[in-house]
Amino acid sequence: MNNLKRKNHGNARSPKKKPAKKEKTLKKIMIINSKATIDAAYAALILANGARMEGIESEMFCTFFGLEMITKEKMKHLHVATVGNPGMHIPTMLGGLPGMESFASNMMKKEMEKLDIPEVDEFIEIYQASGGKIFACKLAMDMFHLDKKDLIDDLDGVLTVGEFYNRADENGAQIIFI
Amino acid sequence: MEALIANRPVEVNEEGYFIHPEQWDKEIAHAIAQEEDIILTDRHFEVIDFIRDQYDQGVALSIRRIGKSGVVDIKEFYALFPDGPLKKASRIAGIPKPASCI
Repeated sequence: MNNLKRKNHGNARSPKKKPAKKEKTLKKIMIINSKATIDAAYAALILANGARMEGIESEMFCTFFGLEMITKEKMKHLHVATVGNPGMHIPTMLGGLPGMESFASNMMKKEMEKLDIPEVDEFIEIYQASGGKIFACKLAMDMFHLDKKDLIDDLDGVLTVGEFYNRADENGAQIIFI
Repeated sequence: MEALIANRPVEVNEEGYFIHPEQWDKEIAHAIAQEEDIILTDRHFEVIDFIRDQYDQGVALSIRRIGKSGVVDIKEFYALFPDGPLKKASRIAGIPKPASCI
């Protein structure tokens, strides 16, 4: 039933006016990052920055554990999860050993450096220089007792969920949740 | 496929990127830039020269690399070639489309 609904919805939307010149219909990407793992941070940054590279407006909203990637003290020490992460292909018991997460995270960072992928702090600078915006979630900040001065200096603001939706309320905006 | 840019026949792909960068010259750059609503200045050409030089050296271009070039910072790069600077600058510079995610 749900599928059917969605399909109909899609059909109803597709026969839109045909743009004369290839005008972009995807105009704004809004990424919500709710996770503190290194893979979530990079997924968010690559999607958000990639949008700017295509000339698409881009905003990032960090909530819950996603705040770590913009917390000064934490952003350089993000980890990959070695427990409960089937993608790591190591036994759960081993993944829980002390130092395992740091080890795996360092390995991952080395691989990324080889591919010329910047570290999180530099990546955020690149993203903001490109015109991308980063916001923090007010409720999550209150919950984690974070102050504005704990977060990156160039933060574009602290938003409530309503304010976030208001920013998304325009033609061609898409929200992606990580 | 063949395209006529600045009254010269050149080989480009479906998206308009050059297949043979040696067919490029400044006049062609001006013509492509005009299509993109950009008027090229000396500053643009400093960036274009850097991009072509990197391409000749076989370096895969990324926004990060351009930001570290010392030629232009990222903010200015976006200002010079608005709405997709790496792609636009590469097309104007007459090199193939960069396959960079960063």
